Amino acid sequence: MPGVKDKVAIIGMGCTKFDEHWDKDVKDLIVDACWEAFQDAGVEPKDIKAGWWSTMWNGDLGRSLAYPLKLGFIPISRVENRCASGLDAFINACHAVAAGAYDLVLVCGAEKLKDIGFPAPGGDPATPYLSRVDPTFLPVACFAQLAQRYAYHWNIPIDKLKETMAKIGVKNHHNGSLNPKAQFQREVTLEQVMSAPIISYPIGLFDAAGVTDGAAAAVITRADMAKNFKDDYILVKGVGMACGKYSWQVDDEWEGDHIEESVFASRMAYKEAGIKNPRQELDLAIVHDCFTITELVIYEDLGFSPRGKGREDVEAGTFELGGELPVNTDGGLKSFGHPIGASGLRMTYEVYKQLQGKAGPRQIKNPRLGLSHTFGGTPVEGGTAAVAILGCRD
Amino acid sequence: MVGIISCGAYIPNWRMSKGLIAKGVKGEKAIAGFDEDSVTMGVAAAADCLKGVDRDSVDGLFFASTTSPYSEKQISTIIAAAMDLRRDILTADFANSLRAGTAAIKAAMDSVKAGSARRVLVVASDCRLAPYDSPFEQITGDGAGALLIGGDPVIAGLEASYSVSNELIDVWRAREDTYVRFWEDRFVQTQGYLKIMGEAISGLLEKTKLSPRNFSKLVIYGHEGRRPVELARNLGFDTKAQLQDMLLDLMGNTGTAYPSMLLVAALEEARAGDKILWASYGNGSDAFVLEVGEGIEKARNRRGIKAHLESKRMVPDYLTYLKWRKLLLERPVLNRLHYWTYPSAPPIMRERNRIYPLYGVRCASCGKVQYPPQRVCLKCGSKDNFQEIRLSDKNGTLHSFSTEALSGQLVGAVNFDGGGRIWCNITDTTYEELKIGMPMEMSFREVLYDYGIHNYFWKAIPLRVQG
Repeated sequence: MPGVKDKVAIIGMGCTKFDEHWDKDVKDLIVDACWEAFQDAGVEPKDIKAGWWSTMWNGDLGRSLAYPLKLGFIPISRVENRCASGLDAFINACHAVAAGAYDLVLVCGAEKLKDIGFPAPGGDPATPYLSRVDPTFLPVACFAQLAQRYAYHWNIPIDKLKETMAKIGVKNHHNGSLNPKAQFQREVTLEQVMSAPIISYPIGLFDAAGVTDGAAAAVITRADMAKNFKDDYILVKGVGMACGKYSWQVDDEWEGDHIEESVFASRMAYKEAGIKNPRQELDLAIVHDCFTITELVIYEDLGFSPRGKGREDVEAGTFELGGELPVNTDGGLKSFGHPIGASGLRMTYEVYKQLQGKAGPRQIKNPRLGLSHTFGGTPVEGGTAAVAILGCRD
Repeated sequence: MVGIISCGAYIPNWRMSKGLIAKGVKGEKAIAGFDEDSVTMGVAAAADCLKGVDRDSVDGLFFASTTSPYSEKQISTIIAAAMDLRRDILTADFANSLRAGTAAIKAAMDSVKAGSARRVLVVASDCRLAPYDSPFEQITGDGAGALLIGGDPVIAGLEASYSVSNELIDVWRAREDTYVRFWEDRFVQTQGYLKIMGEAISGLLEKTKLSPRNFSKLVIYGHEGRRPVELARNLGFDTKAQLQDMLLDLMGNTGTAYPSMLLVAALEEARAGDKILWASYGNGSDAFVLEVGEGIEKARNRRGIKAHLESKRMVPDYLTYLKWRKLLLERPVLNRLHYWTYPSAPPIMRERNRIYPLYGVRCASCGKVQYPPQRVCLKCGSKDNFQEIRLSDKNGTLHSFSTEALSGQLVGAVNFDGGGRIWCNITDTTYEELKIGMPMEMSFREVLYDYGIHNYFWKAIPLRVQG
């Protein structure tokens, strides 16, 4: 049977504290994350047969991973898919292991944003037109329009929607306050979020992810070999990925009230994992809350809430730590921070730790199946959504 | 008869209250927005002039200005490209004098008369800086005028002209100067303006055997408002009935564009049969006799001067104006901004059709209109099966919008009437004024200046004039 289900196991993961690491460079972050993963898996760098390396700005070739870790002359692919880079790298590594190409591989993502100011609009060499006549903009301008179109589509006053968004921010800050590796480990009040400075209306400061340094890593092996390394290895149950195509900009019928890429990526992963009702079957989800509106839309795109009903579930506390389906138990991009190339693996790290029962004060009760989801790019340009579903062994 | 067969103008949305320049001064003047210059205003005036005109019928385009953004590079080609004119036309820039606009008119007239061109579009545009704290700062404004010169049927025949060439240092600007310079006022007015304008107008009257009472309007350039009245009186005109309002408290002296803009204003009030005496000034003077033709009634749907004057918004403060005109000391690039944004010439060349006339494509298989042009249809998937469609002159409705956090610019999507969508900057408005579904139009603007390249493209603005 094609695919990765039950063929691939994670035997070790690592994640640095996500922070403004003024006294560390990207190589330090790579070493810290990978050594934690190596120790967790009980392997050494020389055991690694192949690597996948994800970063947007802070490295180039495979050597950027090989050099700090002193890996042998092994194949290393660099993967860049904006904010989805980390999960994309992970999915590629899973495919290679499932295909039998390698039996022990490393995936690492890292970003050191605080060394390079902030790479602003127009800085992306992949932008399709180098004539530079088209508008330059930060992602927040696009997600603000996602909020605007969502409000328009469901005929809700935008300030009402802003309140729902704020509640998601409050939730993620609460979860982050329980996480020693999060960038922002403090609670915020609804009033603080609502009255924070506006970045691009309706998105305010506390609706947005941090600009962060960090690295995360995973050591992956074949499922049938996993028990040689540890008992509580975690199985990959399904993966999915989908890329957008500038529909918002080019298609005059494009509504822009949700993110279609997430719909396709999650359906692909659900199918492989055999999930029919994600809300009931999943025990937790770590999703791409680059802005609070994104998380709201994700509830619906991933099938956790019916279309237009995400707000009701927010009000009901469905996605809180003790709720029916906890989302972003680690604080999410909002309070854990968002080092672009590392984020997908950080999300996977949280699912892995939760499934192992090692998530500390934010541990949820007996989870068996968890999902991680990232979205690179913006709904306006079209992005890359990637989903990985992990599960406990029988 | 050779004459004006269409006319148009552009006055920027933005007005500055003269009270911002000096306390207690009444009136306002037109100010180019931060993303406007003599090129973009020229494009807007040309578009106003070419409304309803077959663009393929234009054989030439002349651009006149003292404020070209380039010392070496033609502007008329930019405007011709934005107006989607043919490639086998004559383009030329007339520069270095406020008389450049009428010189271009004379050249266009002569081309049409000689039969080397059927129609020539003359665009005059200026965005001059007067020294701060000078009285002239209260008078200069920004704007553009466009006149299409051709044969019958004309809206105003150009019957005769008379030129005076005069070497004089009265009003000038050296290459390295930011601001226009003036010699002492009485010298400028008595030895320059009054003398030379008098010479040109008298010469024209003598040549045509006409007298002031033959004219319904005297449309003349003036550095300011008082001396033109004196000049008209000296020449025997009725200053109240005949002298065209100089619009100094509404628009200001728009430099090279001023004569053509005042003429457009006069034509808005004119009736067939009216005679107009029209004269410019700048190192001499060009004077013309025009006779308004029957065609004038068909040219009433232009925005011209009146509609543009009625549609305005105020510059909030003097600091804003200084920033817009880049008169503050250059600040360092803020360290959060790592733009890699210099325009690249080869893609600008490749994409010229989608940039200047804003061509999209319509799928020949399924009819879907798409911008920018695609190779593969987003709807039906057919390959390389498209017709080009010009979108710059189409209006649309606003689909979505937001504020770009770093630049503060507005960005959004506009759906064109008749299909197609553009993702672009939105200008001349505020976030609070925008609403999904509101009517929008496209406006040519400078979107970037880097590497010595002024990069121009279309932005969306709320529809300025209904209909």
